[in-house]
Amino acid sequence: MKKLLAIVIALAMVLALATACDAGSGGAKTLKIGIILVHDENTGYDAAHINGIKAAVAAVGIDEKTQIFWKYNVEENEKCYDAAIDLVEQGCSYIFSDSYGHQDHMLRAAEENPEVVFVSMTGDKGALSGLPNYKNAFPHTFESRYVSGVVAGMKLKQLVDENKVLDSNKNPDGTIKIGYVGAFPYAEVVSGYTAFYLGVKSIVDNVQMDVTYTNSWYDPTAEAEAANSLVSRGCIIISQHADSTGAPSACEALLNAGTTVYCVGYNVDMIPVAPNAALTSAQNNWSVYYTYAFNCAVKGEEIVTDWSEGYATGTNMISELGASCAPGTAEKVAEVEAGIKDGSVQVFDTAKFTVDGQQLTTYLAIDTDGDYKGDTGDPIENGIFYESKLRSAPYFALRIDGITELNAQ
Amino acid sequence: MSVDKVREPFVRISKRASIELWRSWLFRAAALFASLVVCGVIIFALTGLNPVRVYAAMFSGAFGTVKRSWVTIRDLMMLLCISVGLAPAFKMRFWNIGAEGQILAGGIVSAALMIYAGNSIPLVPLLMLMFLASAAAGAVWGLIPGVFKAVWNANETLFTLMMNYIAIQVTSYFVALWENPYGSNTVGVINQLSKGGWFPAIFGQMYLLNVIIVLALTILMYLYLRYSKQGYEIAVVGESENTARYAAINVRKVVIRTMLISGAICGVAGFIAVAGAGHTISTSTAGGKGFVAIIVAWLSKFNTLVMVLISGLLVFLDKGAVQIASQFDLNDFVSEMITGIILFFILGSEFFINFKVRFRGRIKEAGK
Repeated sequence: MKKLLAIVIALAMVLALATACDAGSGGAKTLKIGIILVHDENTGYDAAHINGIKAAVAAVGIDEKTQIFWKYNVEENEKCYDAAIDLVEQGCSYIFSDSYGHQDHMLRAAEENPEVVFVSMTGDKGALSGLPNYKNAFPHTFESRYVSGVVAGMKLKQLVDENKVLDSNKNPDGTIKIGYVGAFPYAEVVSGYTAFYLGVKSIVDNVQMDVTYTNSWYDPTAEAEAANSLVSRGCIIISQHADSTGAPSACEALLNAGTTVYCVGYNVDMIPVAPNAALTSAQNNWSVYYTYAFNCAVKGEEIVTDWSEGYATGTNMISELGASCAPGTAEKVAEVEAGIKDGSVQVFDTAKFTVDGQQLTTYLAIDTDGDYKGDTGDPIENGIFYESKLRSAPYFALRIDGITELNAQ
Repeated sequence: MSVDKVREPFVRISKRASIELWRSWLFRAAALFASLVVCGVIIFALTGLNPVRVYAAMFSGAFGTVKRSWVTIRDLMMLLCISVGLAPAFKMRFWNIGAEGQILAGGIVSAALMIYAGNSIPLVPLLMLMFLASAAAGAVWGLIPGVFKAVWNANETLFTLMMNYIAIQVTSYFVALWENPYGSNTVGVINQLSKGGWFPAIFGQMYLLNVIIVLALTILMYLYLRYSKQGYEIAVVGESENTARYAAINVRKVVIRTMLISGAICGVAGFIAVAGAGHTISTSTAGGKGFVAIIVAWLSKFNTLVMVLISGLLVFLDKGAVQIASQFDLNDFVSEMITGIILFFILGSEFFINFKVRFRGRIKEAGK
């Protein structure tokens, strides 16, 4: 027993010495930035973040090797808090986390370390927390979802014109069925699928959409199964708000087996896994934000509490159009994109959808104190529902007519 | 000589009757050292990195700073607590692989008390209540397979395993019930502002209470198993149920009582995980630690004091792995490989402790 203790202590001392020698590296630039990722480069969502960070690092002139500290596969629990504290200990003065579930743990770390800036991407507690060192950011993903919906709508129109929409693809009332594989039933996902649906609807008016939740951000099997079940219900277009290639792969297999079905992905370009079925993917270009934030960090300027930008600054886009896209899609996409940029196309135009048969005139977006008055105002102005304006994270959580959630809790 | 006609096998393996304590620990230390060498070769072959620097990074990941050391200690205590909970059951040869479920049962009850009573009951009575309630919840989760085993001789391995899945589903239900905000499928940090039901910092150290509770349990369990009558009964039932019956030990009673204790301690581990570390509840609150603790319990031969060392080693490897991934931009899986190799060697050393291996040609010498 004593002997073992002696061995362990001796080993510990040797290693401690080795560690001490290892420390003291680092260049003239003292800024250190910590990155907390929920997965790693193998998921589309995190890959998009990693690419964004690498592009920003190059643009701002930061040395990735010595100034960026990565934490991969950080679960959405106290591990996130541990990771954040650890990054603080390593000297990071800016820490970014990329997943919604990280935010409470980031908030706790922010409270305890007021000298460090914490950015919880996709989080929604920035303004309400009142902490000056706690920030949120979220792109206008709903814009790229809308554009990807337009692409799907063009395809659907072509299918209608070519009489490829079967009776089994229609509801008794004649509306055409499309499907959506969602992760979790909350605002970020609801806002996204509604934007997609409205994009499709802007081209083909008589559509109805079924939404299935997988209750996971990344589950290839569950996403494939969800897509299969939606297609067996008659859905002819499948889109997704989940991070794997499960749904497009399933669609490709079904299409090759003779079922007419096309799909729209998210983040990842799905054409390599679904060359025939994939039309495009809605994407975020995170480098715009990271470049902005890293520049602020380098110059010592304050990062805005709620950052949200879209097509206008190149933060949103869709991936390259697939070979199966209908003729004229590229032109239509260019037209819609220009409209989004100049404001003539508004995704959530209250004249274009109804909730329980009624047009929307007012909406309680953020009400944490329960007084039934919006904490930061009403998002609807002049008939337009402005998403990501009152705060960066989406708050459009209305279930509009024409969309059915199959398995909401 | 006529003996030469019989072909001797290349290796012969025989069970050791006994082995000196120092010799067995020498084997283990040698195995640890050999595993580090093998890992070093693999690290260099795969990544070209200097293995010494990689090991230094592992050490710095676990003990590099004061806060890191405390996180390491916190995780060590968590694993130790579960292992201590498993010790009496395993010593009784009752294969309780349901620690995950027992942890979750305790965790759910703790989280419920934090959510519903966190801001109305003063901290000290609240923590005592949470301690007792989570122990009770874990005990119930352990009791069910215990009763089935004692009364109907139901297979406890399958039973406790299935209880894990039930606990995970129950946890999912409560996560959906308490999720914040609606639909996000996370409970978030409970009582973030009021800190109701959180372990208080003692001497400025927020994880000191974890250490106190777990070390107290560890010592009590050591004394219980070693010196109490009940501990002796557990050992006898574990060795042979028939002997136990012959000695007028009520086997049913011992099985049920031991599973109550085992489950209760795992339930307390859930309490510590929720109130003393995560301040949240999710299906990953147990996070596989209930299974890792089985390795700890086995390697330490159910001696709870040795468990401190083994838990320390496993947590150290885990922390080191994360640091390697971060520092050298390697995939997490490389570091998990290292952990796997080290465990393989340590488990392998048990073979050489229990068995003697003789090679051909050395028999005369060995036979002396």
